[in-house]
Amino acid sequence: MIFMHNTRPDRTRPHLIGTLFACSIYLFLFLPIFVVILNSFNANKTKPYATFKGFTFEWYIKLFDNPALLSSFGNTLLVAFASTVLSVLIGTLAAVGMHRYKFKGKSAIDALLYIPVVIPEIILGISLLSVFAWVSIPRGLITLILSHVAFSTPFVIFTLRARLSGYDLTFEEAAMDLGANRIKTFAYVTLPLILPGILSGGLLAFTLSIDDVIISYFVNGTVKTFPLKVMESIKSGVAPDVNALSTLILLGTTGIVLLTQSGLFKSEAKS
Amino acid sequence: MMTLNDKKQKMPMLTMLSPITSMLIFLVVIPLIYVLVLSFCKTNEYYQVMFTFSFDNYKNLLSPSYFQVYMNSIVIAAITTVICIVLGYPFAYYIVKQPPKIRTILYMLVIIPFWTNSLIRIYGWKSFLGASGLLNNLFVWLGITHKPLELLFNRGAVVLGMTYTLFPFMVLPLYTAIEKLDLTLIEASYDLGARKVNTFLHVILPLTSSGIFAGAIMVFIPTLGFFFVSDILGGGKSDMIGNLIERQFGSANNWPLGSALSIILILLTLIMVRLYTKAGGKLEDLG
Amino acid sequence: MNDQHDFLFFKFSNVRRMIMSEKEVLVKLRGINKQYGTNQVVKDLNLDIYKGEFLTLLGPSGCGKTTTLRMIAGFETPSSGEMTINGEDLINKEPFDRNINTVFQSYALFPHMSIYDNIAFGLKMKNMKKADIKPKVEEILELVQLTGFGGRFPHQLSGGQRQRIAIARALVNNPQVLLLDEPLGALDLKLRKQMQVELKRMQKKLGITFVYVTHDQEEALTMSDRIVVMNSGYLEQLGTPDEIYEKPRTKFVATFIGETNLFEATIAQVDEDEVLLNFETGCMRGLGKDFELDEIVYASVRPEKMNFGSSNFYKPSMPAVVKEHIYIGSIVKCIAMLPNGQEVKIQRLSGEPLPKPNEVINLYWEPEDATIMHSREDTLFSLIENVNLGGAYDDSK
Repeated sequence: MIFMHNTRPDRTRPHLIGTLFACSIYLFLFLPIFVVILNSFNANKTKPYATFKGFTFEWYIKLFDNPALLSSFGNTLLVAFASTVLSVLIGTLAAVGMHRYKFKGKSAIDALLYIPVVIPEIILGISLLSVFAWVSIPRGLITLILSHVAFSTPFVIFTLRARLSGYDLTFEEAAMDLGANRIKTFAYVTLPLILPGILSGGLLAFTLSIDDVIISYFVNGTVKTFPLKVMESIKSGVAPDVNALSTLILLGTTGIVLLTQSGLFKSEAKS
Repeated sequence: MMTLNDKKQKMPMLTMLSPITSMLIFLVVIPLIYVLVLSFCKTNEYYQVMFTFSFDNYKNLLSPSYFQVYMNSIVIAAITTVICIVLGYPFAYYIVKQPPKIRTILYMLVIIPFWTNSLIRIYGWKSFLGASGLLNNLFVWLGITHKPLELLFNRGAVVLGMTYTLFPFMVLPLYTAIEKLDLTLIEASYDLGARKVNTFLHVILPLTSSGIFAGAIMVFIPTLGFFFVSDILGGGKSDMIGNLIERQFGSANNWPLGSALSIILILLTLIMVRLYTKAGGKLEDLG
Repeated sequence: MNDQHDFLFFKFSNVRRMIMSEKEVLVKLRGINKQYGTNQVVKDLNLDIYKGEFLTLLGPSGCGKTTTLRMIAGFETPSSGEMTINGEDLINKEPFDRNINTVFQSYALFPHMSIYDNIAFGLKMKNMKKADIKPKVEEILELVQLTGFGGRFPHQLSGGQRQRIAIARALVNNPQVLLLDEPLGALDLKLRKQMQVELKRMQKKLGITFVYVTHDQEEALTMSDRIVVMNSGYLEQLGTPDEIYEKPRTKFVATFIGETNLFEATIAQVDEDEVLLNFETGCMRGLGKDFELDEIVYASVRPEKMNFGSSNFYKPSMPAVVKEHIYIGSIVKCIAMLPNGQEVKIQRLSGEPLPKPNEVINLYWEPEDATIMHSREDTLFSLIENVNLGGAYDDSK
């Protein structure tokens, strides 16, 4: 990789303006998150909880007395896990298959993969809704999971494909040459080598699923995921316990992702 | 590329590729075709879909009131895209210029806000800008204004929300494009007597244009469909195509009309992607 | 194989011929064709590989040598033809069911496994016990002179070390045939020379059949018992290194292996085993059978066999003007030009007499130093019966 980092001292003046600019962009990016965190400590108890009336931890405790909120979060996790596992499975098989084989219709698959990525989410949402209604699949967890698989699988494939482009099929030939059959070759050679790609693809799928509003909005039926619960409560003012849960989720995901990232970097250094 | 022993590969190949193929057929192709079919249908008085062929939905969509919404959508999407480029380019450039360690941290800081639900963040803006929100409180306290300003429920607030939500989608492709830039090309440009402005215009900008195009596509198209942003921050006063579609599949319960609107949005998307690929953009960069 | 005439095998071709003729055939290729779409990469290949020999497939890139190797390994399936090992069918065996191992051009060492695990991989796949694997790995590490490297990872090794591990990983399985696909291609010249010697040493010590692919003719000549010269999918010639060098059967072989001077001529007279050649600029003799009168042929004369005399030389010869001398370390090359503009190379050890630039000389050669070849290369194979050690077959289509 070629970096733009300028090494000549005479050209590296302290970019005061640049730094100020970057700081204000980060302020812009994090401002609403600060507001959310601040609101989670808001002692204001009347809807729409707009003005800040002092500091309290109360909402973090009350949160656990709100079964609707907790179950929505449970649904979100369930849908995210299930759709991540499915999309990683489908995506890994597809990415490896497309990397390995030349076949008729490969370019068609390739082109179709871009549809869920490029078209606005709302289109995917209403079209899935229409079809589920058409074939009378009751809307609920199953349709949520299927829809999340539909939009996250291409991302898994693209992430993996970037990894696979540097992956040499000779490794597999070498394994077979040394007496490993196809299953052993996959287990001992292919899988360990593409595992970092699978993990980051899965992480992406998980994040996309947890955050999804638009597609879930159309296919959920009566099942509420956490984002849909938020959507529902937004009209009347989001209760501080929702803010509290959001804050906890942010802390949780940041922690998990930082851990995995450092883990990924480690295994990358090896290869 | 060498292919593995070809004769004995039929089975593994089918096992690997049939899941994705069936997923794409059942969850992407058939739904989209079904929407196309729906767009030519009608509803009866009980809001049930009647499978009769007609262009009525499309005729309805030509009325001036809908046109206003299309224009509003395109204007908002265009302004959002331009703001994202103008802010995103120098920002991405700044990040890339940092030493590797700091760069990784700065890059992660762009992604972290993603991990809070986008609705929550938009709501954060709403409560920040609202009549009794932090900003108005600050203004009143500073004496800039006596009564709270109406900062929400206008096109500006929608643009702000869209810019906020989609800004990272502009920065990430720009970052990738600028990072790939070969430093020696800039040195060559200086060496040949080009000053900073000319080097930027004639060397850096053309070489990173792929990032700008990819970012523009990734901002412009989703903006058209992000109905909840215009709902929450626009308060229904700045409707976009996404809001219309959402309403037809929701409260208005006219799926054929909503489908026709979706087809129009798909066409808009296709036009944008076509323009993008014509300008030399690659689909891979959108992934 | 006899250890004592390690690298002097040029000289002992007769002895070798005797040894080789007693060899039993291990791998048999019959009528092998390989096609990708309309592109035929290997054309009607017939080849016997003997037990314990060092066979090299030599040719320019795209000649089909690597494809042939990959077919033996099992990574490619021939479009048609038969392939057996010890008389058993090979084509329908999966690569992992063949007792044949490959040293890959890129080495293909598994980056996520230690050196020990890389070498042990094949043995583990055979479900060998851990306790039995360990001494085998250590023994082979010793053979490649990398004792104690087991705990390292491929990326911690130098190119040359990785190369040895790749060889060790294949050899530890005690394969019937070891296939080597340009294994020295990525090494620098000095290391390559050293590895050539080492590979040959290992092959002799273990007595394993080596099938070696290279485009480097020098490498092929130094290491091989027999060489298969391939060109655009065809087997051009099969023989021992000295046969290939001294008696090239086609223009391609003559020019691809070593340097040569090629002269176009017509057959003016056919004697028992000699022919008289008629050139534009004179007549000369050469060794050769089965030529027809008035046939257009090529005469190939190696630069070191090219003789010269003064301008008033009496023997049959060709006049030429000396253009320049080129010094290459211990040898000197002299470039002379014929009246028709063709350049002729003469090579001598430095210190030996050579004509000076601009001097007019007469070029000649001894009949036994000229190899005469048919110009109709396509019919060549049907005309010549194979003279060497029974290794080659009728190569005609």
